[in-house]
Amino acid sequence: MQMTYLEAIADAMRHEMRRDDNVFMIGEDIGTYGGAFKVTKGFLDEFGAKRIIDAPISEAAIIGSAIGASLNGMRPIVEMQFMDFITNGFNQVVTVAGTTAYRWGLPVPMVVRGPSGGGVGGNPFHSRNSEAWFAHATGLKVVCPAFPDDAKGLMIASIRDNDPVMFFEHKGLYRKIKGEVPEGEHIVPLGQARVVRKGTHCSVIAYGSAVHMALAAAEALASEGIDIEVVDIRTLVPFDQETVFESVRKTGRALVAHEAVLTAGFGGEIAARIADIAFQYLDAPVRRVAAFDSPTPFAPTLEQAVLPNAEKIQAAVRELCNF
Amino acid sequence: MKSTQRSSGKPASKSTSLLTADQRKELLSYMLMAREFDTAMLRLYRQGKAFGGVYSQLGNEAVSVGSAYALDRDRDVLFPMHRNIGSHFVFGQDLDQLMVNHLAREGSQMRGTDGTGHYADPARRIYGNVSHLGAMIPVAAGFSLADQLRGITTVSLTFIGDGGAQVGEVHEALNFASVHKIPLILIIENNQYAYSTPNSLEFACERLSDRALGYGMYGTTIDGTDVELVYATCLEAVERARRGEGPSLIETRTMRMRGHAEHDDFSYVPKDLLEEWATKDPVETYITRIVRDGVMTADEVKALRETTLATMIASIDRALERAWPAPEEGFKNVFMSI
Ligand SMILES: Cc1ncc(C[n+]2csc(CCOP(=O)(O)OP(=O)(O)O)c2C)c(N)n1
Ligand SMILES: [Mg+2]
Repeated sequence: MQMTYLEAIADAMRHEMRRDDNVFMIGEDIGTYGGAFKVTKGFLDEFGAKRIIDAPISEAAIIGSAIGASLNGMRPIVEMQFMDFITNGFNQVVTVAGTTAYRWGLPVPMVVRGPSGGGVGGNPFHSRNSEAWFAHATGLKVVCPAFPDDAKGLMIASIRDNDPVMFFEHKGLYRKIKGEVPEGEHIVPLGQARVVRKGTHCSVIAYGSAVHMALAAAEALASEGIDIEVVDIRTLVPFDQETVFESVRKTGRALVAHEAVLTAGFGGEIAARIADIAFQYLDAPVRRVAAFDSPTPFAPTLEQAVLPNAEKIQAAVRELCNF
Repeated sequence: MKSTQRSSGKPASKSTSLLTADQRKELLSYMLMAREFDTAMLRLYRQGKAFGGVYSQLGNEAVSVGSAYALDRDRDVLFPMHRNIGSHFVFGQDLDQLMVNHLAREGSQMRGTDGTGHYADPARRIYGNVSHLGAMIPVAAGFSLADQLRGITTVSLTFIGDGGAQVGEVHEALNFASVHKIPLILIIENNQYAYSTPNSLEFACERLSDRALGYGMYGTTIDGTDVELVYATCLEAVERARRGEGPSLIETRTMRMRGHAEHDDFSYVPKDLLEEWATKDPVETYITRIVRDGVMTADEVKALRETTLATMIASIDRALERAWPAPEEGFKNVFMSI
């Protein structure tokens, strides 16, 4: 069935809420209003106010109570109105959720999800890509889908997962990206990358919105006779390094791309691992394309300048191929 | 009773006769366990055998014992803080297991990943704290919320200090709990100091329980050295919670009779303040009452106290005989599954 990225996420959550009474949602304006981006439109009518909880503007209380409910056998889905506001609940995620399995051996099957990313004139406070913070935190799984079918399958896997999952939805993809999504049960296990375009000259390893930039770059480069392979890692934690290495061993060149800022981004981790394990297969250094190290600016001219795009990926690939 | 009791600035003080002689004996025995746990841990510290901080709860026995005693330990749930060892005993924690957890030896419920009272024991309905003050209050609220969604009332009892009460998460959790009528009891243990910082530099209101008014929940400030008063006040909070009237905020006034932890000589605390509070020692004053009311004789209390201390020391010794956890444990269980 054709669905937008947003519809696929809603479909996954509805599927799980119908299937398992322990799944409930908590967030801001998710009930009557259906969420700032309308992801939970109609949920209140179907599931009632006990399972679709409109909470005060209290990110720490929202996430903390979801953790407590997890300890008591529930599987909460937390909506951050914008992923940027996770900073207000950071302590709960990192200090409490991320340490519970290690310290207590107890599951915290909570999903914290919400719109992240830029490119939509969101300003510095509605555009951030903060996934790397959580990959660095220990004890958290980090998911960044790029396509509707993956968004659904990864969401269902995340809800059923016994660890806390940070689920980054790219708000720019919500209504822009449409695709075929299996109806009913559809699971994409966490920790499996997907080769979304086969190629021979250079591997572009990306996730989230950068996958679409890489695919657009691939089209343009194909006309120049450069054939790139695009690997969508889909989840940062767990990280499927095998699929990445396999691709790099084949192409001999690696470019890592993400929309998040460059320094200490997850691309650095991917590049380091490729350099460590696949060094002997490389014909060129591992390069990264990412955002300039700044907050995401507001005016479109500035925002487009600092964020990565298909042209920046093309330029980097050309350099690697001519190295 | 929706509104907070407005203050004259002085904590309420009243005695109760809700308790049978056996219950009063039991309360005293838990308080002695808390007190002698400290005696034994201080001894260990002086011997240089303690590991990590030794946070004495001297002066707080009545709060942790009296409050936990008001709960139904088969239904309710405890989220203790760092000066609530007495509540662990009330909730039936096995002494040897507690010591092994505290001292992070092989067999710890935390496998050596953490120590002190931070462990969780779901079977005993105890979920320990993290170091970050205030962080577990929304978690405690969420535990009860889960049962509320199932139509069950599970009271969560948790604690925070006069310093920790200034953390933002406390505000969020109380407001959230009040809006959703969550059966949460938060005790603010006002022991006059937060590490070296006195009340005057932590908050500017008269009573910390006055904040309850702003949340639309019940609040009161009481003498935290009177175990029966703490019990009676918490019992009322439990009953309110079971009637669906939501959370309660109880400030207990006590004195931290030692340093923040044993490394701290607490020379910043005026001597006369300590002397004044020493006359209100919760254990000693309760012993006086118990003996006066003929519940136990002074000799019986003395004997109980001695065996309690001996039991604590023996349990510590058994814990210390155990090996440290195997280093491999450090690499396990970061995730439930990966
Ligand atoms: C959020 C946070 N900040 C700082 C600390 C360090 N710290 C641990 S205990 C403490 C003092 C706590 O005082 P209070 O809340 O009054 O509790 P008490 O120790 O007096 O029982 C401090 C500052 C901490 N654990 N958590
Ligand atoms: Mg204090």
